[in-house]
Amino acid sequence: MKKTEKHNYNLILGIVLTAIVLIPAVIGIFYTPYDTESMNLALKMASPSFSHPMGCDNYGRDIFSRIMKGSSITFLIGVGTVFWGSLIGTLVGAFTAYYGGVVDEILMRVNDVIFSFPSLLLALVFVAILGPGTYQVLFALAIAFIPSYARVVRGEFLRQKSMDYVQLARLAGAKDLRIMFVHILPNIRKVLISSILIGFNNAVLAEAGLSFLGIGVSPPKASLGSMLSDAQTYLFSKPELALFPGLTIIIMVLGISLISKEVA
Amino acid sequence: MKRILRVENLSIEFHDHALAEKVVTDLNLDIFEGEIVGLVGESGSGKSLTAMAAAGLLSRHDIKKSGIIDFDGTDMLSAERAELRKVQGNKLSVIFQEPMTSLNPLKKIGWQVEESMKIHMPEMTASERKNRALEVLLQVELKEPERVYNSYPHQLSGGMRQRVMIAAAMAITPKLLIADEPTTALDVTVQMEIIELLKDIRKTYGTSILFISHDLSLVSILCDRVAVMKNGVIVESGNVREIFDFPKHEYTKKLIASIPVVEL
Ligand SMILES: Nc1ncnc2c1ncn2[C@@H]1O[C@H](COP(=O)(O)OP(=O)(O)OP(=O)(O)O)[C@@H](O)[C@H]1O
Ligand SMILES: [Mg+2]
Repeated sequence: MKKTEKHNYNLILGIVLTAIVLIPAVIGIFYTPYDTESMNLALKMASPSFSHPMGCDNYGRDIFSRIMKGSSITFLIGVGTVFWGSLIGTLVGAFTAYYGGVVDEILMRVNDVIFSFPSLLLALVFVAILGPGTYQVLFALAIAFIPSYARVVRGEFLRQKSMDYVQLARLAGAKDLRIMFVHILPNIRKVLISSILIGFNNAVLAEAGLSFLGIGVSPPKASLGSMLSDAQTYLFSKPELALFPGLTIIIMVLGISLISKEVA
Repeated sequence: MKRILRVENLSIEFHDHALAEKVVTDLNLDIFEGEIVGLVGESGSGKSLTAMAAAGLLSRHDIKKSGIIDFDGTDMLSAERAELRKVQGNKLSVIFQEPMTSLNPLKKIGWQVEESMKIHMPEMTASERKNRALEVLLQVELKEPERVYNSYPHQLSGGMRQRVMIAAAMAITPKLLIADEPTTALDVTVQMEIIELLKDIRKTYGTSILFISHDLSLVSILCDRVAVMKNGVIVESGNVREIFDFPKHEYTKKLIASIPVVEL
């Protein structure tokens, strides 16, 4: 495969955009310049300044610090969601495709039913059951994401399973698990990686959506979605409150989707 | 001479449609130690299905099999997977028609040649396995076996890949090699080289070979005995010379008449 110059630019741009958000987010896990939750009325709605580059919010909290913390929480929810969603989805898809039969039929029909609801709606239902909070959102999104991974992996596995090299692996005496995960799995890596990246984006947007509705990450904790939600009230008087978290989401999602197009 | 494969009254029926379809009927076939037996017949006559059944690979829920297939003491029709695995890649190897799809595109040749050793001879060390792999790669007349060992399938030509398949099949010196149209995808000169190679293998290892083909001229060069198959039934079988010189069945006569006469 030969990549054209243009493709490489896309990839580089994607990596740069992702890094712009990711590096502060990773640092934000361990350190932020100011405390992100305690209020300081003296700095209420402070304008951007040298010590507070993005200004302060209605409780006098440093917006830049909250963006760092918020994007790290959003990032962790995204990573956790795709990790569990793709891990369980891959196992389900691999086993159902490989063994077929009644279990496959049943699981795939269940999958079809779940799949016919938008995953955000599903997550909403799960959060309604579990209550708001970071881990609840992660858990709800992971469950909501499993069917789409299972479906993608199952399709790819079915395609690979009928190929001669898989038959020959059987004929070499390889055990089923070895055939599934040593012989077949590496051959579907491209599809898997790109659906993991796209899934990450969807998780980020879903988290933002849930928190925006007030049923995701709960205050005073910052997440990009909850910051947007808080900013609604001041949309006209102080648009920066919405602008910065909004931009952060856009940059993160754009960067990842540029990367995902290039690896596929 | 010891009988290595005994097929008795083998019938194979497909039940994947409303109407059951019998594709092999009351088939009898014996292969003795060190013997090369040809199975010829037009496309769709059931040659591959017979071979797959003999290799213990026909275990789909929608296929009904009856009769006896006894390979060196193992009941290939109804043995458990675990028992079949001990035989497959150990006492029995298979090569397919398409050298392009028979190899895993993502694994190095060496890894693939070593697969049956890894599974059946865990006591071998990595360097012993490699030595054996290089030895068989040399035996199938691949020049620079070290380079081939470290190549990926896409770096080799079709003829080289088929040699690799034979090397992988012979790595653990099986008692029976089933070759399902191993030369059909290759051009004429390479075809003849592969035929010579199969002869050498029988001479070196005393391996029995079931050679499946629709090309009677190849069968006449390579095989000791031949069975002619049509619509799932063996219409005639016996010594290659006899069948060629005194064909009894109309279908055999037609097949022989259709061999293009090459003036040398
Ligand atoms: N899933 C299936 N359902 C019904 N019939 C099938 C199915 N798969 C294969 N068959 C039939 O089994 C018959 C034998 O197939 P097989 O592959 O053994 O033929 P073959 O002799 O190897 O032919 P070729 O020379 O083309 O490789 C064919 O007539 C085919 O139509
Ligand atoms: Mg065939």
